[in-house]
Amino acid sequence: MVSVKKLKTEAREIRKDVLDMIVSARAMHIASSYSIVELLVYLYEDFLRVDFSFQADRDKFILSKGWGISTLYAVLARKGFFKKELLDTYCKDGSPFMGAATRTIPGVEATTCSMGHGLPIGVGMALANRLQQNPGRVVVLLSDGECDEGSVWEAILQAGHYKLDNLIAIVDYNKFQSFGRVEDILDLEPFPQKWEAFRWSVQSIDGHNFNEIRDAFKKLRKGKPNVIIAHTIKGKGLSVMEGKNEWHYQTPGEAEIAIAEKEL
Amino acid sequence: MRGRDDVVLITADMGFSVFEELQNEFSERFMNTGVTEQSSVGIAAGLALSGYRVFFYTLAPFATMRCFEQIRVDVAMQKAGVIIVGVGAGFGFGQLGPTHHAIEDIAIMRSIPGMTVVCPGDPAETRAATKALARMKGPAYLRIGKKGEPEVHTGRVSFSLGKIIPVEGGAGSECTLFGTGNMVRTAVDTAALLRNKGVKAAVVSVPTVKPLDIAGIVSYANGARVAATLEEHSIIGGLGSAVAEVLAENNGTVENFMRFGVHDVFTFRAGSQEYLRRQHGLLPEQIAGRILQTFKKR
Repeated sequence: MVSVKKLKTEAREIRKDVLDMIVSARAMHIASSYSIVELLVYLYEDFLRVDFSFQADRDKFILSKGWGISTLYAVLARKGFFKKELLDTYCKDGSPFMGAATRTIPGVEATTCSMGHGLPIGVGMALANRLQQNPGRVVVLLSDGECDEGSVWEAILQAGHYKLDNLIAIVDYNKFQSFGRVEDILDLEPFPQKWEAFRWSVQSIDGHNFNEIRDAFKKLRKGKPNVIIAHTIKGKGLSVMEGKNEWHYQTPGEAEIAIAEKEL
Repeated sequence: MRGRDDVVLITADMGFSVFEELQNEFSERFMNTGVTEQSSVGIAAGLALSGYRVFFYTLAPFATMRCFEQIRVDVAMQKAGVIIVGVGAGFGFGQLGPTHHAIEDIAIMRSIPGMTVVCPGDPAETRAATKALARMKGPAYLRIGKKGEPEVHTGRVSFSLGKIIPVEGGAGSECTLFGTGNMVRTAVDTAALLRNKGVKAAVVSVPTVKPLDIAGIVSYANGARVAATLEEHSIIGGLGSAVAEVLAENNGTVENFMRFGVHDVFTFRAGSQEYLRRQHGLLPEQIAGRILQTFKKR
């Protein structure tokens, strides 16, 4: 078991790596990448049984919120899935490290960024594991805005019906989508109740609190698929970005980098 | 499914009275995922990426259009081993009206990189194609008719993915009819009518529309006074377009090139397949009539 102190340190390092990547490439999506840092750090440090040897019985993680890929790249690099220096090419001409999750990168299990694909693919992989009596688990991280897509609800219906308890969904509930606030555009509330009605076991946590994250993963139930609704802050980690939707799009500039040097 | 334990069949709630036996024998590897084409293709991709050879079956328009993006992203981009099976090609479900017609499916599936597109011409070709696709890896679209499609080949057919199947007549005929899927039989019947009127017509089945057998098509078309394509599909984007592309780029020497198919309309009339074909000039006597007119023009 990894200490919370170590997890927090790791989270800070990941935020630095992500900032470097995005600034260097003048890329988008820093705020979306920051809201999932604690979740991904916890998954790869303390929960997922997976490494770069890609055993058949490994746990599989699908970042359905594929535009948050810079965080996953940073985590995978630190875990030795590929050389960290390769991330210098992130989003640059000719680089295979694109601004979206692609299966061609070692450690990425599904090509996502177009929304609503990750959970159905996860259901398929979980069904395969069941058929093969493979103990591997499948974890899918979705965005809240992504839950507008009908294909997501088809998969939620299916997983509940099949009682897929080797499938774990996490929702990065940072309350913002592309154009503005989720509650203004297409309100998901009452959100936990919807998953429960579709026969999932539901937990709601603070997605930036390692103790709550760890607790939730300890309390996963058998006989039903599990969802962890993680309440997060878009842009979490840099005070100037937190909760401001323009950071979905803008590349951080000098001012932000200076703040980062202090805060990270 | 008997010989291999890695084949899975998924249906989006279609196949009543078709799959019951299969379901009994292979309960685990037969899945009815409900009327959920989009997530079903995702599920098929997830299974395929986990080592299975997956067939996803439903009516042709729903199998290809409802979940086109999922086919593009989950299956083709990830090179997942999924075979999309569209049943009721063309006007196979004619009574139900245009929502259940498939006249755009060959066109859109052809446009996806890495997608093999197969429209077998009769039950023998269908059996051979299914086996060949199961043996192959990678994404494919298999477009089939309904129950009781007429036979074209007697005995075993020599089937190879990516190759035309000459049915009758040789290369260099004055008239060549290229048929695909459920129009190959029509091509044979059309050729018989033409022969009665003194026109020698060769008939070629083109079961693999992508990748197209360029050499085969060019060798059979070149020198013809009339080369025609027959498909129960729009003349936009299907076999007709594919053959036209090939002939244009390979300096084809066809005097008259004719595409027989649906002329860019939806059909808002109930009807049997024969009735609907008649509305679009796709019966053998209608096709033969137009070809003979072209022959008389000189």
